[in-house]
Amino acid sequence: MDAPDYFQFFGLEARLSIDLPDLENRFYRLSRQLHPDRHAQAAPSERERSLEASAILNDAYRTLRDPVARAEYLLKQQGFEQSKQAPAELLDEVFDLNLALEELRGGDVSVRSRLEAARERFLALLQETDAGLEGLFGAYDRSPAPAALGEIRAALNRRKYISNLVQQVESELNP
Amino acid sequence: MSSVLQIDFGDRTPEPVVGIDLGTTNSLVAFMDLTGPKVIPGEDGDHLVLSVVHIGEGAPLVGNAARQMLIDDPERTVYSVKRLMGRGLADVAQEAGLFPFRFAEGSESVLRLRLGDRTFTPPEISALILLQLKRNAEACLGRPVTRAVVTVPAYFNDAQRQATKDAGRIAGLDVLRLVNEPTAASLAYGLDKRQDGIIAVYDLGGGTFDISILKIREGIFEVLATNGDTHLGGDDIDNRLLRIALEDIQSEWGQDLSHNGSAVQLLRRAVIETKEQLSFVPRVTMHLEYQGRSYQREIAREQFEALVRDIVDRTLTPCRNCIQDAGLTAEQIDEVVLVGGSTRIPLVRQAVEILFRARPHTELNPEEVVAMGAAVQAGILAGEVQDKLLLDVTPLSLGIENMGGVVSKIIHRNSTIPASATEVFTTAVDGQRNVLIHVVQGERELVKDCRSLARFDLKDIEPLPAGAPRIEVRFLIDANGILSVTARDQRTGKEHSVEVKPSYGLTDEQVEAMIRDSFERAEEDFAARQTREARLEADTILAALEKARAHAAWLEMAEPEKAAIEQALNELLTVYCSDDHVLIRAHIEKLNQATLRLAEVMMNTAVRTALKGTKV
Repeated sequence: MDAPDYFQFFGLEARLSIDLPDLENRFYRLSRQLHPDRHAQAAPSERERSLEASAILNDAYRTLRDPVARAEYLLKQQGFEQSKQAPAELLDEVFDLNLALEELRGGDVSVRSRLEAARERFLALLQETDAGLEGLFGAYDRSPAPAALGEIRAALNRRKYISNLVQQVESELNP
Repeated sequence: MSSVLQIDFGDRTPEPVVGIDLGTTNSLVAFMDLTGPKVIPGEDGDHLVLSVVHIGEGAPLVGNAARQMLIDDPERTVYSVKRLMGRGLADVAQEAGLFPFRFAEGSESVLRLRLGDRTFTPPEISALILLQLKRNAEACLGRPVTRAVVTVPAYFNDAQRQATKDAGRIAGLDVLRLVNEPTAASLAYGLDKRQDGIIAVYDLGGGTFDISILKIREGIFEVLATNGDTHLGGDDIDNRLLRIALEDIQSEWGQDLSHNGSAVQLLRRAVIETKEQLSFVPRVTMHLEYQGRSYQREIAREQFEALVRDIVDRTLTPCRNCIQDAGLTAEQIDEVVLVGGSTRIPLVRQAVEILFRARPHTELNPEEVVAMGAAVQAGILAGEVQDKLLLDVTPLSLGIENMGGVVSKIIHRNSTIPASATEVFTTAVDGQRNVLIHVVQGERELVKDCRSLARFDLKDIEPLPAGAPRIEVRFLIDANGILSVTARDQRTGKEHSVEVKPSYGLTDEQVEAMIRDSFERAEEDFAARQTREARLEADTILAALEKARAHAAWLEMAEPEKAAIEQALNELLTVYCSDDHVLIRAHIEKLNQATLRLAEVMMNTAVRTALKGTKV
C-alpha cells in the first residue's frame, strides 16, 4: 500500500496547528477499526491489509502529533528540503564554540564555564525560535500560501541546527 | 449464490485461544471463561509449571516432574532457558559457568546445549515446556488447543521474540500474538474499569526486568514508553547468595563445590527457599546436607538487603528513563502495578514506593497476573473481548548501518507498533548487482555498540550506472514487535527479492526440520497432522469469507471479482476433504489472492466508519 497523505488519512486539512485532543480521539477511533487485533480471525489478505493500514496510522499519528515533525512533513510534501548549513548569523558563535569544545577534549577544563554559558545562550535561542515558529504556523494556517513556507523552512533549519549544537555541548559536558 | 457457504462444516465451536506466560522460572497457561481469565492447573494440581526440562533416555521430563532431576542429573537438566533465547555464545559467556550443562560447538549465532549425546537449541527446550502447557490445557478444556498468545519481556529484542515464536511452532502451537508481559499484566488488573489514568507496571521476574508506562482511556491501553534489562532478575539474587554459600563451604569444609552440579543445585534450592522466606520473616537459617556433611548459616533480612541492594538499584535507572521517555514526571503516575515473583521482596517494594511515591497494587498474585493478562489478550483476538485494545510499542530503536559503521535510526524506540519506515537504496559502482543492508537494534550511535539483527541482501539488481537503480525498502515492525522487510524497484514498480540472513536465531528450514523431529511428531503420522492443519486453516478463511460477504464492502465488488471469489471458494470446498495438504494450501492461497481487493475495500470502509460524525 502506498502511504496516503497523513492529514487526509485522519480526515483533517493540511494545517500546521492541530487540536491535539481531537487528533487523539481520531487515532483511538481509527485504531479500534484497523488494529490487527481486530482482524485476527480474518482471511490472510485482510490481516495483511490491517497490518499495513495500522502501520500507516501509527506512523501518521507519530508525525502529526509532534509540531516539528508535522511541519517537516508538510514542508517535504510541498517540496521544501532540509538544509544542514549553519545559519549565517550564527557562524561566529559556532566557531568559538567549536574552539572551546576542542580545548575541553584536549583536557582544558577551564573552558567548562564558557561552554555552560554557550549552552544557556543556545537554549534561549531555541526558545526564541520556537516562539517565532508558533507565530509563523498560525499565519500560514490563516492563509496557507506556499511563500510563507520558505520562511518556516529557514526557521526549522535554524532550530534543527541549534538543537544539534545543544546536544553536542550536552554530550561533551556530561559524557 | 450464497448457498455454497451454507454447507455444514460440522459442529465446530471456535477453537479456544489460550494465554501462556513462558517464564524464566515458572510457566503458566490460562484461558478466558465467562467470568474472566482462569489459570489452568497441571496434572499435579499446581498452577505453576516449573520451567525445567530433563532430557534422559526416555521421554523428556518437563516441569515439576523434572525438579528432582536438577539434583540427580544436573548435566542433562535445563533451567532458566529463557535467558538463552535468541542469544549467541558471546552473550552468555559470563553466566555459562553457572549452568551445569555445556554448550556445543557452533553456538555463535544459536546456542546449542549438549545434553547427553544430543544437542538442543533453546527454542526446542522451550517448545517442550509449551507442549506440556498445551497438554494441560487440552486435558482441562477437553479439546485440542492449537492457538495461543505467548508473553515475552517488553524489552526482548527481535531475535528473542523470533526464538519464542519458533518455540511455539515447534510445539505445534500457532502463536497468534506475542504480548509484552507488563502490558498483559495491566490487562489482567482491569484498571480500565476503575478510571482513565496513567499507570506504571514494574515487572521483576526470574531473569528479566521490565518497566512500562501506559495511558488508559476508554478501554484503550496505550503504552507510552517501556524500558528494562533482559538480564536482570531473581536469578541474579540467587547467584549472589549462592556464591556466598559456596565460599563459606570452601573455607569450612576445604572443598570447592562450585563444579559439582548436584551440590550446586541442592544449594540453589536452599538459597531460593531462604530468599523466599526472608520476605516474610526477619531471619532465616539456610542449610545444606550433602554427603553426610552439613552447612548452616543464619541470614538476617538486613544482611540480605545489603547483599542485593545494588541489584534492586539497577532497576531504578530504567524506571527513571522510562518516565522521562513517556514525557512525564513521577507525580503524574496514578497507579503502580507489581508483577513477578521478585516483587514479593520488601526491599523491592520499598524502592518502588519511594520512586513512584505511590503504594503499589499487589492484589493479584504477581506470579499469575501475566498469564491471566495473556488470556484476556487471547479473548481480544478471538473476538470475545470487544471493549479493550492494546497499543504497544517497540522497545528498541531500529537502525541501518551507514558509512563508517555509524547507525542511522529509521524507527525510534517507543514507537507504537505496527510501525514502518521506507528508505531508498542505490548502487555505489557501475553494474553493481546486489546491495547489502545491515539492520541493527539499539540506542547507540555506532554499529558495534548495537545488536546486529540481520543482513538483508537485495539481489539481482539490473546492471546500471552507479546511483541509477532506486530500490525502495520498507521496514515493517508488526504487532509482535518482529521486523519484516520488503523491497520494490521504484522504476518498474516490481517487488524485489530480499534474502534474509538473521544474525542470531534459526532459519525457517531449521525450524521446519525441528518440527519434523520433535518428540510429539514422532508419535503420529506427520502427513495426517499437516492435513489437519491445512483444513483448520481452510476453516479460518471460509469463516472469514462468510463474514466478509455480510460486510458493506462486498457490495462494492464488481461482478467478475465476485465470480472469481466464488470460483476459488468452490475449488477450495472441492479439495477440502482430500488428504493432500499441499493441494488444500494451494487453494487457500488462491482464494486469498482473489480476496485481496475485498480486504482493501474493507479497510477503507473501516477508516470511513471511524471518521464518520467527525468534522472534516
